[in-house]
Amino acid sequence: MKWKLTISTYDPKVKRIRPLSPNIQIYRPQLTSVLSIANRITGVILSVFAVLLVMSLTAAAAGPNNYLYITALTSSWVGQAMMFAFTLSFFVHLCGGIRHLLWDAGYGFELRTIYASGWAVVFSSIVLTTIAWIASGIVGR
Amino acid sequence: MKPKLNSRLPIVRAHGLGSARHGVEHWWAQRVTAVTLVPLTIWFTASIITLSSSDHSTMIRWLETPFCSISMVLLLIALFYHAALGLEVVIEDYVHSGAKIPLLVAMRMTCFALATTGIFATLIVALSD
Repeated sequence: MKWKLTISTYDPKVKRIRPLSPNIQIYRPQLTSVLSIANRITGVILSVFAVLLVMSLTAAAAGPNNYLYITALTSSWVGQAMMFAFTLSFFVHLCGGIRHLLWDAGYGFELRTIYASGWAVVFSSIVLTTIAWIASGIVGR
Repeated sequence: MKPKLNSRLPIVRAHGLGSARHGVEHWWAQRVTAVTLVPLTIWFTASIITLSSSDHSTMIRWLETPFCSISMVLLLIALFYHAALGLEVVIEDYVHSGAKIPLLVAMRMTCFALATTGIFATLIVALSD
């Protein structure tokens, strides 16, 4: 059993290794390609947090003693770092997703617009994450 | 006369394998769940910010209100549907071994099980005294 995250794949029909495009070893990262893979990575990260959401709901339904494990986790340094990863991933995926939906509706295909919307995703996700943490700090006080 | 299996036209085989239209359905469902998740996830993230560092009773009092319970159930449905569609493409793109199909089935089952568990827990909180 082989897990392949590589640049080539085995073609059983011709019995040899075929290259896959893009060849990531010689591929210079651009804003467009970085945001493309970022949307996918943040999607996978958010799927992991969806599991934590179900665990929290189950703990809440089970009772106060079980829920203590959740509050202990979220109040710890590890938990806070995880919550930061969640908020950043969420806003990157949200903004990137809205950008994708605008493309699907037929808007923003000019190269200048693609880069402008790309930088908008980067800045708005940083700003929104910062706002979320400032708001959380004010509420938590 | 019975037609032989290999005498089928390629288009008939394509329909039988489900390749035709399936991609459109996947694409469309991913977009519909994405649009649905925009308000639901913003509500959820805003809620956990206001609920941060709160205890069990505060959390229960928040979740048991009809608006929150219904929103949470809708969130769980849309979230795990969207996650299953996204993870499906990720597995299809990166796993080229025999593990691909079992992994796809396991991922789907896990998403279904988690959504059901989350909805069940939400209903327990919402419907208990």
